[in-house]
Amino acid sequence: MQLKKTGFATLLMAATMLSGAAPALADGTVKVGVLQSLSGTMAISEVPLEDAELLAISQINASGGVLGKQIVSVEEDGASDPSTFAQKATKLIQEDKVVTVFGGWTSSSRKAMLPVFQRLHNLLWYPVQFEGNECSPNIMYSGAQPNQQALPALTWAEEKGYKSYFLIGSDYVYPRTANLILKKHIAHDGMTLSGEEYVPLGGTDFSSIIAEIQKSKPDVIINTLNGDSNVSFFKQLAAAGMTPDKLPVMSFSIAEPEAKAMGPSLLAGSYTSWNYFQSLPGPTNAAFVSAYKAKYGADAVVDDPMVHGYEDVYEWAAAVKKAGTFEPTAVRNAAVALGFEDSPLGSVKFAKNQSMVQTGYIGQLQPDGQFKIIWQSPGPIMPEPYDPLTFPGKTCNLH
Amino acid sequence: MHESAFLLGQVFNGFSVASLFILAALGLALSFGLMRVINMAHGEMLMLGGYLAYLTLQVVPGPMGIIVAMPVAFLGAAIIGGVLEFAVIHRLSARPLDTLLATWGVSLILQQAARNMFGAIGVEVTAPSWLNHTVSIHSGFLSGLDLPDTRIFILIIAALVLAGIAALLNKTRLGLYVRAVNQDRATAAAMGVNARLIDLAVFSLGTGVAGLAGVILALLGPVTPTVGQSYIVPAFLVVILGGLGSLVGTTIASIIIGLFTALIEIFVDVSVAQVLLLLFVILFIQIRPQGVITVRTRALEG
Amino acid sequence: MKLTYKHAIGAVVLLFGAAAPWLISGYELSLLGRFLALSILAMGIMLTWGEAGILSLGQGVFFGLGGYALAMHLKLEGLNLANGDMPDFMVWSGVSALPRLWYPFANGFFSLACVVIVPGAFAAMFSWLVFRRRVGGVYFALITQALALAFSTLVISQQAYTGGFNGLTDFSTLFGWDITSLGAARVIYWITLVLVVLAYMFLSWLLSSRFGVMLRATRDGENRVRFLGHDPVPYKVVAFSIAGTLAGIGGALFTLHSGVVSPALVGVVPSIEMVVWVAVGGRNILWGAIAGTLLVNFAKDQISSALPSLWLYGLGALFVLAVSFLPTGIAGLFQPDTAAERVVRRMLTRTKVRTAE
Repeated sequence: MQLKKTGFATLLMAATMLSGAAPALADGTVKVGVLQSLSGTMAISEVPLEDAELLAISQINASGGVLGKQIVSVEEDGASDPSTFAQKATKLIQEDKVVTVFGGWTSSSRKAMLPVFQRLHNLLWYPVQFEGNECSPNIMYSGAQPNQQALPALTWAEEKGYKSYFLIGSDYVYPRTANLILKKHIAHDGMTLSGEEYVPLGGTDFSSIIAEIQKSKPDVIINTLNGDSNVSFFKQLAAAGMTPDKLPVMSFSIAEPEAKAMGPSLLAGSYTSWNYFQSLPGPTNAAFVSAYKAKYGADAVVDDPMVHGYEDVYEWAAAVKKAGTFEPTAVRNAAVALGFEDSPLGSVKFAKNQSMVQTGYIGQLQPDGQFKIIWQSPGPIMPEPYDPLTFPGKTCNLH
Repeated sequence: MHESAFLLGQVFNGFSVASLFILAALGLALSFGLMRVINMAHGEMLMLGGYLAYLTLQVVPGPMGIIVAMPVAFLGAAIIGGVLEFAVIHRLSARPLDTLLATWGVSLILQQAARNMFGAIGVEVTAPSWLNHTVSIHSGFLSGLDLPDTRIFILIIAALVLAGIAALLNKTRLGLYVRAVNQDRATAAAMGVNARLIDLAVFSLGTGVAGLAGVILALLGPVTPTVGQSYIVPAFLVVILGGLGSLVGTTIASIIIGLFTALIEIFVDVSVAQVLLLLFVILFIQIRPQGVITVRTRALEG
Repeated sequence: MKLTYKHAIGAVVLLFGAAAPWLISGYELSLLGRFLALSILAMGIMLTWGEAGILSLGQGVFFGLGGYALAMHLKLEGLNLANGDMPDFMVWSGVSALPRLWYPFANGFFSLACVVIVPGAFAAMFSWLVFRRRVGGVYFALITQALALAFSTLVISQQAYTGGFNGLTDFSTLFGWDITSLGAARVIYWITLVLVVLAYMFLSWLLSSRFGVMLRATRDGENRVRFLGHDPVPYKVVAFSIAGTLAGIGGALFTLHSGVVSPALVGVVPSIEMVVWVAVGGRNILWGAIAGTLLVNFAKDQISSALPSLWLYGLGALFVLAVSFLPTGIAGLFQPDTAAERVVRRMLTRTKVRTAE
């Protein structure tokens, strides 16, 4: 204990400690946690996300930090394992005394961390699109809710005149829940469901499912496959003669890095739905993309979760400035009161349910690996953690 | 599409999946039959084949790239396999369970090496355009049936590899030595066969076949550091079902597993099919614990 | 009983273990508690692999069964079932009423009984089906690996019943007792420590009994045991079942410590990592299994964040080096006159037998 401090500082320190957050006051720095999987199956996606978060931190530090303090990031490895995420989140808050944490990718990691943040009264910034159905005051959800990614895709498909839908996904929570919601809306809008199939995570054989697709002849496939399975699916689809120009595929998990690695030649012409594309116009996005490339290599690409991770850091810094303190409750109260006109994703803000109000875009993959934006929602979409059609009567209001 | 066409399509798919299993499991079965060791890094030999295909396609782009890649991947994987046999497996030859664990360690190292060299997200290998067609049937009771050229190509390659290995084992002097060591190691050694060298040769051959299989798998799947892991457990089941190192056993077991999964997936989803497959294997060993083909040897503890 | 320096060392270690809540930070205590829970499972691997020669690459399955059996109760406690309440994940999985399978788990005692009985019974049934047909060795290892894959795939795919990929999390009370408080963390730690000691004492007794002799005999020459008129199958099944039970208890304790149970801990890769803890610590010495578990896991915690790619090379190298050059593990280094020699002798005789064939 630093007993030599003046009475006021000690009081302040005691107060912040009681409220669960104890910023390092002594040396003009403040600690934040960055918790992503650096090893294991999710490292492939989470390492670039962490890079984007660290870029934002270094940019803010270069422009003077927050409340006159330099941000020090404490990085931990979630190792693609939910119990490790919970363990490291506890460590960041209890041992390192971070004031907030940026991180998580899978819903399983977020679900495991949620009780930790609630119990220790800290705040998590979660940057990835997910299945909704969660409403915690200790999490800021900047990634899309289902009504900001899945439902805009359906609206677009209906506008294009597609009548019958084939749903294919990896066998885990997001695809199952997203498809539950989609099925309700497909039926409600008078469209037909021509099939619904799941393969285990990492699955490589699609011969039976492709036979089902050939049999049921859908107008469009809605694809929630995860990771490598997409490569197998598109290769086997192409081998069976169903290239994207003959049978359109709308994917929810393919962004710029995946498209680049899988080879644009395989996927060119297929569609995807996000709230951000690297090809979005505007000077703020151009500045973000060039800063990222300057730091991580000219051939690096950015995607939706990365820009959300980057933007989360900026929104946290802005909320801290507005609140005048690092205390989590004050920060989250300030965050929902702020609006951000000029982010790389355009105009965004946090709604009362601590999810982000943002625009939905549909992109079509071009041979150069970038997406051409072919459709956008009429305006920013209010986030809905509980889809009213699928989960009637449930609401989320945190402020 | 007729129901009959759909059903026949599934039977074709079963054989197609079986051909992948044959290619993935053949090398494993060969070395298991001879040395009684399971190489857990076998999946990484598939992965290596995929990356060698990628590198070959950088040097030889165009339609013939994939044909050139196959011998390249065979040789590359055979060399790495030889090193592995010499450095690790040979030293542990009397301890099959320890060999299994040590080769798992090798597989982790190889995966991480691939990650560091090529990146975690994988590389692009696409099928040449001459494989991007389907054989379609438009009339009769099979109308609507589409057979992708890629899958037909893989069936042919699997058949050729099987025929090649069978000829090697049955028609050559090396094959004679392999069969001799397989039947009675000590006697073969006493007759002047260098059993040590035969082990090395067969193990290299097995990993070489895996490398070749890796090229083929890249036509239908991803090339990533962990791609081997997705084929390795079914390959182990093929070895269990096939019996000790018999080519015929491996082939029959691959076809049984391929047809079983393709047909059961008409009724249940893929996840449940995986569980039913394991149940099937456990029930199968109740009836034939030695696998479909039983090899008689003089060794008591086989 | 004659007291030796070994008892003295044991007593000192135990004393430090019991006093740990005052010696180390809360976070370190939570790590230690978790890893001790895992070491109960590791002692089971020592029993089957080290003493009985049965290598299981599917211990994660039994770990998961124990963890889920407890977690299902923790999820239900505090819900008003008569009112139609359901765990939250069932709602977004499209379930309209609590599945029948879940109902009995509302009772905490039923759930605790399941933690002990289900993994052991399942292990017994599974291993009997395999061993009765004299399938063992490498085959058994591969079948258990397939079991781990099938089990984790099934848990992920049956989202409505298991929570799927997310697993089960967000627990608050057990028998009305708040398990999230700091005080509770200490109590759970002590319970874990007591169970580690009990498992240790039970296995020490078991291994020095006739049963232990039979296990080692089976490991060293199963056919010779048969020729002497004994059936080794019941011994192997019982050993595997005990290992399954220990894994289940470890899983339940781990769930209490970490506040989450998920398929990430039950699949192929975690199951095989469990074996490396024992390989490093020593497969023939009970305390080696505990030491190996603590050592590897603390190392992982330290290294994987700072240098994740180094950790994967390191883990791979650990497998290769431990089994190639140090088959008795670290514990073997401390007992040169017994276990190490035994293993070396066994290796030598095996090699001779093999060349003589």
